[in-house]
Amino acid sequence: MKLSEVKNILNADVIVGEEHLDLEVKTAFGADLMSDVLAFAKAGSLLLTGLTNSQVIRTANILDIAAIILVRGKKPSTETINLAKELKIPLLTTKYILFETAGRLYAKGIVGCLEKVENNSVLD
Amino acid sequence: MKITVSSTENNLYQDSFDIEGGNFNKAGIVSTSIKSILKQMGLAAEVVRKCAIVCYESEINVVSYARKGVVNLTVNSETVLIEVVDEGPGIPNIDQAMQQGYSTADQKIREMGFGAGMGLHNIKSYSDAFNISSEIGKGTRLLMTITISNIDKK
Amino acid sequence: MNLETIVKELNLDVRCAPENLKNNVTGGYTGDLLSDVIANSREGYVWITRQVHQNIVAVASLKDHAGIILINSCEPTRETLEKANQEKIPIMVSGLPAFELTGKIYNLLGKKDYTKLL
Repeated sequence: MKLSEVKNILNADVIVGEEHLDLEVKTAFGADLMSDVLAFAKAGSLLLTGLTNSQVIRTANILDIAAIILVRGKKPSTETINLAKELKIPLLTTKYILFETAGRLYAKGIVGCLEKVENNSVLD
Repeated sequence: MKITVSSTENNLYQDSFDIEGGNFNKAGIVSTSIKSILKQMGLAAEVVRKCAIVCYESEINVVSYARKGVVNLTVNSETVLIEVVDEGPGIPNIDQAMQQGYSTADQKIREMGFGAGMGLHNIKSYSDAFNISSEIGKGTRLLMTITISNIDKK
Repeated sequence: MNLETIVKELNLDVRCAPENLKNNVTGGYTGDLLSDVIANSREGYVWITRQVHQNIVAVASLKDHAGIILINSCEPTRETLEKANQEKIPIMVSGLPAFELTGKIYNLLGKKDYTKLL
């Protein structure tokens, strides 16, 4: 679906990237921890997150993320907005929590950007 | 064990980039630049991605824990070599630091979404070859090799 | 809906406190930033996260969550399991990533206005 439809489903505000609302997206990844995004998120995916610092934009750039959706009604900092503009990464915000954001998108056909993770046991 | 990066006459590109420790506003700038450079060189998307990720995770580590660091990038026809050397406290127990979930991050770092203890593990798993050495009170050195001709997904 | 139904529908592995799978689930919260979870989640929610350290039990207990589901096949640490058993908070594990798991559970639970509570 187009990013414009994502915007409608989530009643989202477009902070950066009005000109990119025609972008096609099929997959999404949700996380609040940067290392998970770096380890698992795929290029061309949506990133749903509660992280608002500018490093989220850097991470999205590194991974060729299609667009960032900030959840929980969070507002990005000025640095974050400026960096998103500079690196041309669409940045939207929604008042829905991550649980509902993912739920709504999933119901409309967006799928997770990887299938299953095997054997991820951490330090005991 | 000291490992030297040998430069051959076949180097297509070589450059160094400084990292300022503690400066989270600038953290990631080097990785973004390197990604751009590698993309412009026409390297395969998967190679560029792996390099960008290992560079970024290393850069965040330097910013998080060291006073300063440098990224030495060397590209030849077969590999991309990313060497990250920092001046900082060093790592007392490398095996422990390599374990998933082990972290010495403080609250400030965690609030930014880092500090899950996956950085070194991620770096190693994205590299085709990985080397780490450290000296307490002096600093840490990482050397990542990403093979250009082999782009099998892990 | 209780946790038992969610476990069955999504093939979750139960790691502790199976006696409390009868807990009623009133909603869900997906997130890894503990301060956000504390601020925004509610009693009876199932908490979906990748955090495995023992603080998750303290948070789930504080907020009276129905249970915790770990994603990406993350396993709770030994201390976390001990605490969860003491607090009788079920911890379950899924191999799915957060987006997929959340999508399925959200739609299982049915529509609800979560934003009213923020």
